[in-house]
Amino acid sequence: MATYSLTRNARLDTLATAVRERFAEFGCDLLDEFGELTLIVPVDRLLEVAWILRDHADFRFEQLIDLCGVDYAAFGQSEWETEEASNTGFGRGVDRDLDLAVDDPKRFAVVYHFLSLAHNRRLRLRVYAGGDQPMVDSVIAVWATANWFEREAFDLYGILFRGHPDLRRILTDYGFIGYPFRKDFPLSGQVEMRYDPEQRRVVYQPVSIPPRVLVPKVIREDSRYVKAEDGKESANA
Amino acid sequence: MPEIRNYTLNFGPQHPSAHGVLRLVLEMDGEVIERADPHIGLLHRGTEKLAESKPYNQSIGYMDRLDYVSMMCNEHGYVRAIEKLLGVEAPVRAQYIRTLFDEITRILNHLMWLGAHGLDIGAMSIFLYCFREREDLLDCYEAVSGARLHATYYRPGGVYRDLPDRMPQYQGSSKWHSAKTIAQRNDARQGSLLDFIDDFADRFPAHVDEYETLLTDNRIWKQRTVGIGVVSPERALQLGFTGPMLRGSGVEWDLRKKQPYAAYGEVDFDIPVGVNGDCYDRYLVRMEEMRQSNRIIKQCVQWLRDNSGPVAIDDHKVMPPKRAAVKDDMESLIHHFKLFTEGYCTPPGEVYAAVEAPKGEFGCYIVSDGANKPYRLKVRAPGFPHLAALDEMSRGHMLADVVAIIGTLDIVFGEIDR
Repeated sequence: MATYSLTRNARLDTLATAVRERFAEFGCDLLDEFGELTLIVPVDRLLEVAWILRDHADFRFEQLIDLCGVDYAAFGQSEWETEEASNTGFGRGVDRDLDLAVDDPKRFAVVYHFLSLAHNRRLRLRVYAGGDQPMVDSVIAVWATANWFEREAFDLYGILFRGHPDLRRILTDYGFIGYPFRKDFPLSGQVEMRYDPEQRRVVYQPVSIPPRVLVPKVIREDSRYVKAEDGKESANA
Repeated sequence: MPEIRNYTLNFGPQHPSAHGVLRLVLEMDGEVIERADPHIGLLHRGTEKLAESKPYNQSIGYMDRLDYVSMMCNEHGYVRAIEKLLGVEAPVRAQYIRTLFDEITRILNHLMWLGAHGLDIGAMSIFLYCFREREDLLDCYEAVSGARLHATYYRPGGVYRDLPDRMPQYQGSSKWHSAKTIAQRNDARQGSLLDFIDDFADRFPAHVDEYETLLTDNRIWKQRTVGIGVVSPERALQLGFTGPMLRGSGVEWDLRKKQPYAAYGEVDFDIPVGVNGDCYDRYLVRMEEMRQSNRIIKQCVQWLRDNSGPVAIDDHKVMPPKRAAVKDDMESLIHHFKLFTEGYCTPPGEVYAAVEAPKGEFGCYIVSDGANKPYRLKVRAPGFPHLAALDEMSRGHMLADVVAIIGTLDIVFGEIDR
């Protein structure tokens, strides 16, 4: 297995070099973390990059494995301040109203995962779609499989895909209002459904249960994860 | 002459051959499909959103409920993504146990597929044959995890516990079964779980032969599947096919070989590929995969018999300490408490890890901001792009062929709707 991971790293490096050389002029950024490459592409250059990634002999990403939206509005915010909470107790420590960065131009992103069967490599691509009216170009012409994936990202995050032939909701209910995977959409939803015996049909009404935090989201200062400063192991992380 | 118009047919969501809650709106010209528009989402439970509100380990159980006929493979994908994020690796024995159970799961899935696909296009008895063998494999699930379907057996850093030394047996006689039948059924269950699996692996190839006798040269079966839903290799790549759907079109691609994980680099097996890319070839590919899975199971059983060792890493930030240690060691108690209340924090970053699930590539994409919960979890379900291709595959076919195509796609709504 050791030899395998070695060859994999070598392959990763060649890909990283090729990507850096080819896409530097596009204003792209390349991250290399956890043995995976992430290419961050300016939103207006997406289609050009996509065609090159699919057809250029160095890349040949024949398959779009996955496409999804991400909402970064609550990124890095915890529901429980570890420093102060010990004085105040659990219930008062939990912060239920997160300060969401709703208008951040980097709020919404679309993340693509590619697979090259010819070179046996993977690449992740991210474009920031904007905060207010998130919109990116559709890649259906490049990879046909993007069709449903883009519909899903539209349905769950409200990201629009320019040039998509059939941008309908896909997973949510007929007549659903809102974008359920956005961070400002409550986990328990906005409406609930019940049978109304008087009207003799199913009716929608506002949700009757308040949102709860069962396990607060905690971000701990962990010295093990501090990058490349001092490789010292901490005993109580 | 009366005017002939296209009409729209509503297929499902409560239709026996719609495999759960698929609603298809079919535009038909006579009996020929002009356009198929699947309406999905009737089983959407928001698994990914739910996972954002829970510590990492509490979502393992949700993974079972995605593709509910290949439970442990889904867990494997999720657990591998977390392990990648944490930078931990399960011990070798755990890797072999995972390989063993991934293959058991593959057989489980393919048996379910074969039975249901057969039923859909008119082969009744195959269903009963398949479920007979499934029962034995579900007993393996139960022996190892306590649950027949939703196991929650894989954990980041290993598996929940080692394989049991004793296989559970049927008890006493009842008004349904005589003591003699019970004794017969317990015959293979005298030893450990590994003995039972080994015995199953000895029996299973003959069972696959049985299925093939029923179907492979069956005239009706071939009439219903040969030349139906043909996908060329180029189109298969474009449409995002993975797993048997891609291999049925003749593309030799299997993550177990190309990007080995767990113990797949150490075991010997072959990858079957199809030639024509029709329903019949995909059927043949899956049948051969069952035989190959059986081979892998044999090798894993042998290895697990010869080698012992830990099945989980000894890092109590990720895996709970032993129960006995919790009772008399303060530090273990604290670890146990922290792990089950707060969970563990991962380093910030994003990872994607994939496994070759029975249906294709099952992957988990996790974005972490350093918290004890995933910031974003995206499940890449193999069935999703497969079903998306239904429109293209069924155009120009007859209504009855749609049923054959739905069957060959091997769709399960748990993973498609998530």
